[in-house]
Amino acid sequence: MIEVRGLVKQYGAKIAVNDLSFDVEPGHVTGFLGPNGAGKTTTMRLILGLDYPDAGTSLIHGKRYAGLAYPMREVGALIDAKAVHGGRSAYNHLLCLAQTNNLPKRRVGEVLELVGLTDVARKRTRGFSLGMSQRLGIAGTLLGDPAVLMFDEPVNGLDPEGILWIRNLMKALAAEGRTVFVSSHLMSEMENTADHLIVIGRGSLLADCTMEEFIARSSGQTVRVRTPQPDLLAKAVSEAIPDATRAGVATAATAGAATAGAATAGAATARPTATTEADGSLTVHGLTAAQVGDLAFDHGVRLHELTVVRASLEAAFMELTADSVEYRAGEGPAEQPAPVSEGAI
Amino acid sequence: MATTTQAQPILSALPPASGRAGFGGTLASEFTKIRSVRSTYWTLLVLLVVSVGIGAAITGGTAASWSHMAPSDRASFDPTQASVAGLFYLGQLVIVVFGAMTLTAEYSTGMIRTSLTAMPRRTVVYAAKATIFAIVALVVTFVAAFISFFLGQLLLSSTHDTATLSQPNVLRAVVGSALYVTLCGLFAFAVGAIVRHTAGTITAVIGVLFVVPILAHLLPQSWYQDVDRWLPDAAGRALSVTVGPPPGHLFSAWNQFAVFAVYTAVLLVVGAVLFLKRDA
Repeated sequence: MIEVRGLVKQYGAKIAVNDLSFDVEPGHVTGFLGPNGAGKTTTMRLILGLDYPDAGTSLIHGKRYAGLAYPMREVGALIDAKAVHGGRSAYNHLLCLAQTNNLPKRRVGEVLELVGLTDVARKRTRGFSLGMSQRLGIAGTLLGDPAVLMFDEPVNGLDPEGILWIRNLMKALAAEGRTVFVSSHLMSEMENTADHLIVIGRGSLLADCTMEEFIARSSGQTVRVRTPQPDLLAKAVSEAIPDATRAGVATAATAGAATAGAATAGAATARPTATTEADGSLTVHGLTAAQVGDLAFDHGVRLHELTVVRASLEAAFMELTADSVEYRAGEGPAEQPAPVSEGAI
Repeated sequence: MATTTQAQPILSALPPASGRAGFGGTLASEFTKIRSVRSTYWTLLVLLVVSVGIGAAITGGTAASWSHMAPSDRASFDPTQASVAGLFYLGQLVIVVFGAMTLTAEYSTGMIRTSLTAMPRRTVVYAAKATIFAIVALVVTFVAAFISFFLGQLLLSSTHDTATLSQPNVLRAVVGSALYVTLCGLFAFAVGAIVRHTAGTITAVIGVLFVVPILAHLLPQSWYQDVDRWLPDAAGRALSVTVGPPPGHLFSAWNQFAVFAVYTAVLLVVGAVLFLKRDA
């Protein structure tokens, strides 16, 4: 359990973290998302006491990190996999970490085996690829068998096999009831891993919700309909009541003061609309698939297809953070990832 | 999938924790750090070779030219000081690099962030680092000092002007040069904690230990004599002299050492406060 309250960190004139508050709960993989420069690493450094906040607190199991009796037994944190002395072997690197927390020596061999670095344990880490360094860093986090794990961009530099490995590792750690807090700017990666999301932009909280809520909140969720009577259905849609489900999400989001900003996307549920696509299908905004189906039944419209088109996490994320991207290339139109459709209902 | 499900049981259960992580574990950790990088061995080997080698060259050279030396030069020759001069002048340089790197290497590699994540109580980390450095430096400088001394006396045996440890001030000079060189290393360690940059630290320390004394010599004689006793390196000069009267403008040998020790202690405290207060 990590509790962050009103965290503020300023570097000179630049506010890196701006009044950030959130909880990270055990038993889930919590994705910590934001564009580059959003303040993810800074937040993690503040939680670990590497940097000191200008205001606010962050507690782990109710204590400041530096106040934990055996920090490595409670928290395993990997901020920067390359933050090692390249002249030291993998084994000795882990040994010197283990010794600070009086962890048994045998543990070093065990975590090396767990991450698959046993063969290079005696090699100096200077020659390690980024992927091997990530594995070494992850080995270090597991030394103390901690209940809380924090990883900053852990999939950086990993090959597909390594990405799958770490994804499964994080899920397994969460399934054991541990708190897993993982930052990433790769939305597609989080979509497959995280159950809960904390999204920040320019140091401020943009969203703190489950993955489903996050996607549903995005205005990108639509229903695709094929029917021989499109005009009839379009008229019925335009006269229908607004989407109750989505209004509910918006209300829930507004309830938390911290997530007020994020609610605007969901709150934009005026009237349901239906637009005709080039291929003759209708795209319905503002109604669920079930509501569209009921509507069609009520009006005696025959349906040939009824598909929920979910915005991908990538699209939802880009929409949410569009205003808070720190570094942007050129002035051209932002590339919008294509929405992914879920199986037809 | 298989990776994690089969991998988890590899980890054995940890023994139950009692108390809290403290100085002992971090001391062991710092010792592991210092012994697990090659640069430590290279640096200490260079220290030994340079100290013993230069001492041998000076004493051997003196023995070879002894018969041509003027009686006044023979009388003022200090066999103890000559034998440990290598440790004194060049070993000092090496230990400054070693002391500086003890902390600055953690910043240049980024290891400091990993170290302070493992042990977030920074005072403990700082104290453990300084302690391990001091112990390693003491052992190596004592070994270098005594080897230099005995080898030097052996090489000087033909002159019949050799020193023994039981003679006045000789033991003080041998032990004192080891202590002085160790203190130079701690001085560099402290400056490293303040500057956090290897090259900057070494430049600053060498400036204070080597360049400032040279500049002080350029002062008018009476000013120089007032200033000199407040220079850090005067400790070494005062401790290592065994022949003739002690330099009159300096404090007594151990008081001169105390001056340098106080400077070092102040810098160590300043370094500790900054280490504690600044973002890592």
